[in-house]
Amino acid sequence: MGDYLPSTKEQQQEMLEAIGLKSLEDLYAYIPKDLILKDGPNIPDGKSEIEVRRMMTEMASKNKVFSSIFRGAGAYHHYIPAEVSAVVSKETFVTSYTPYQPEMSQGILQSIFEYQTMICELTGMDVSNASVYDGANAAAEAVAMCKDRKRTKTLVSGASNPDVIDAIKTYCWAADTEMEMIPVKDGVTDLDVLKEKMDSSVASVYIAYPNYFGILEDAQKIGEIAHEGGAKYIMGVNPIASAIIKTAGECGADIAVGEGQPLGMGMGYGGPYLGFMASTTAMLRKLPGRIAGETTDDEGRRAFVLTLQAREQHIRREKASSNVCSNQALCAMTAAVYMATMGPEGMKQVATQSTSKAHYLASKLDKIGFKRVHQGEFFHEFVTSCPGDCQEILRYLEDHGVLGGLPVEEGILWCTTEMNTKADMDHLVALIGEVCQS
Amino acid sequence: MKLLFEKSVPGRRCTMLPECDVPVVTPSEHHTRNIELRLPELAETDIARHYSALERRAHGVNNGFYPLGSCTMKYNPRINEAVASLPGFSQIHPLQPDNTAQGSLEVMYLANQYLGELTGMDEMSFQPAAGAHGELTCIMLFKRYHEAMGHTERKKIIIPDSAHGTNPATAVMCGMKVINIPSGEDGCVDLDKLRSVVGEDTAGLMLTNPNTLGIFEKDILEITKIVHDAGGLVFYDGANLNPIMGVIRPGDMGFDCVHLNLHKTFSTPHGGGGPGSGAIGCKKFLTPYLPKPRIKEKDGIYSRDFHGPQSIGKVKSFYGNFLITLRALTYVVTLGREGITQSAKNAVLNANYMMKRLGECYEIINKGICMHEFVITMEKEAKEYGVTAMDIAKALIDRGIHPPTMYFPLIVQEALMVEPTETEGKETLDEAADILIEIYKKGIAHPEEIHGLPKTTPIGRPDELKAARHPILRYVRE
Repeated sequence: MGDYLPSTKEQQQEMLEAIGLKSLEDLYAYIPKDLILKDGPNIPDGKSEIEVRRMMTEMASKNKVFSSIFRGAGAYHHYIPAEVSAVVSKETFVTSYTPYQPEMSQGILQSIFEYQTMICELTGMDVSNASVYDGANAAAEAVAMCKDRKRTKTLVSGASNPDVIDAIKTYCWAADTEMEMIPVKDGVTDLDVLKEKMDSSVASVYIAYPNYFGILEDAQKIGEIAHEGGAKYIMGVNPIASAIIKTAGECGADIAVGEGQPLGMGMGYGGPYLGFMASTTAMLRKLPGRIAGETTDDEGRRAFVLTLQAREQHIRREKASSNVCSNQALCAMTAAVYMATMGPEGMKQVATQSTSKAHYLASKLDKIGFKRVHQGEFFHEFVTSCPGDCQEILRYLEDHGVLGGLPVEEGILWCTTEMNTKADMDHLVALIGEVCQS
Repeated sequence: MKLLFEKSVPGRRCTMLPECDVPVVTPSEHHTRNIELRLPELAETDIARHYSALERRAHGVNNGFYPLGSCTMKYNPRINEAVASLPGFSQIHPLQPDNTAQGSLEVMYLANQYLGELTGMDEMSFQPAAGAHGELTCIMLFKRYHEAMGHTERKKIIIPDSAHGTNPATAVMCGMKVINIPSGEDGCVDLDKLRSVVGEDTAGLMLTNPNTLGIFEKDILEITKIVHDAGGLVFYDGANLNPIMGVIRPGDMGFDCVHLNLHKTFSTPHGGGGPGSGAIGCKKFLTPYLPKPRIKEKDGIYSRDFHGPQSIGKVKSFYGNFLITLRALTYVVTLGREGITQSAKNAVLNANYMMKRLGECYEIINKGICMHEFVITMEKEAKEYGVTAMDIAKALIDRGIHPPTMYFPLIVQEALMVEPTETEGKETLDEAADILIEIYKKGIAHPEEIHGLPKTTPIGRPDELKAARHPILRYVRE
């Protein structure tokens, strides 16, 4: 049996005596007897660390680690600098909690303040919170920020990530507000339908840029339509792409949200990831979650604190706009260390290489009959047709250590990053050629 | 201390990427970013030293005692971290086909089984990312259930006034009206009061047990019965599961669903505020409403089941914070049947021992045995000597101890909520008690001195009013 109890049996006994009890069971004496599990819980006996490591390593070996990955759709395989992993495994960062006591938490608070600044710079927005759970959750929280008494409906582009759409749908249903989808036309949001749907009940419009199919929407135009209709404009952005494509700020967004996982977080079968949220100053008081701010201490020294807490649940309780009471601090720090390590030039390089490789792959796939199904300009994801048996092709790739694109309605959604070399891509295309010929 | 931005030197960089090995493509003019990307330009040395300096300005469980009430700051075992960094877990794409992710699915399946057993629930979901997120998901289950039963008029959620602020905020996010009920003299739910507010509009009750005063609601069976008889459901806020895990189960107390903070009870690290996990569990009749996908097993093969016409849908991408679920499973597997139970009992023992020691001078709200935490009130000292809960907390910082939770629960004036956890030894508790008693005595004797603390930290007490009145929320280059 393993445990992490420093007190010996003798010390436990001493403590029991000090409080006037005989046994540990006496601590539960006033709890109804029927409730107490007589034989303990029905789970296996504990294990030594060696046994645990063996068991978990064996489980890990039942997962397949792909050496070559062409799948994105919400989780991206980017390089994680050694510096990033080293910093975020520093034990003080790992084992501390929400910086409630600023005097002994300046390190955490400053790291959040730096993260907030970087997110603002990346998205071109005025202010950022300390982060929320993930991209889908950030989108759902952003939608909630925009509703008021008169306007409660949100319009969501069908060209958004399905998990984002589902999360918004769930949150809207819970809050008794409406969500309507704007259909997709040739891989982008159908602007004619959007215009038709704009009325005085619409509180917000959400689109993704690049969208789920990798296409760069006319984000500025959509912002204009939203604003003309009196609604707020929420953009879901890819943080890597933002280094070289128009920022949410330039497109006129009121709120920018997104999945921060590409900023130095591993894929980890879906989490932990990072939801970033940034907005205009006008929407600051509606931002959910923690926010770090700069102030001074009693001797005039620079100090950081959690601020604007009058928005939050522990003060406002049922009047708070959100129940979020934490952030993904360690993931936010991961993103900050990543951006600091890459620097402005490195960020642009990651973005440029990701899109360059996607264009190379698209042209190679085109030559073997996997044609792009959409017209629009794309970033690092794109959809092609699949002239062969999709499942068979993907299985063949898997057998050769390659995770192919994601099967979607119109074909296959491919993704590349700086991690995919030319040789990997040529190999991928050769493998597909083999399976299609056989 | 300078910010990363203030250490930036134009042209300085780290080298990570090789030259691009395919023709370079850039976005068209229409889509090109036209504003400068003002990220810091630094060498790796700069970054390494910066974060080492920040680390020295922080305090974690490994730096010293951290009796932050309600947060269960127990030790975070290293083996959990080692397992979570295995490439076979950390490098798996969430959309890999199930046959290539059997290990991950097995982790969720086992975590489901063991945590289901520990809570007395029939099925778990690991999608919620934090405690508040888990609460939200549970109240969504209530809402969906009442809708399915045709009871859309059930729109009221009852919450004791000792509850965490997230409870009422959660209920409102689910379109519910909050009915706050005052606690009785003993700090527990007032049964008559509860009886008087339940009715045909009751959606449910949100309850933390043991409650935030560290008191076990001994009438719990009657409480859940009152709500059930009225047609409502009962949610178990798992913030305080630690003292009872393996000893008593929420499912046996009559709760219909629970949320757990895997980052509290199940030893996963808090990471400066997150990531955590707000795993939830529910009784069988609520399982059709769980978030999608659910994990299924057949003949030893695991799969994700996206079918679920009655499901609330998704609250987060993919399957939640998987690597946190993995750490929690590692913990449960390590401790096992006996270790889990022993840990709970020692959490209660440590709290009671420390309460006994501090009772020597501090006024303690709890009468008799407490569970994992207890609450001190400094109301009298604040009035008579001007020595507040804040003063005691700040003085502790100078002694290398993280202060208890301050000013919570709201029903206690000048509250300090102390939760030692089971992973502290007797010496640590004795030392902390000695220090707390010494601070108390000094504070009462020389109140003017205690107001100026802490003195040994990089900053003194910060001006929080100024921060809120003139918000500076990002660095702006001059």
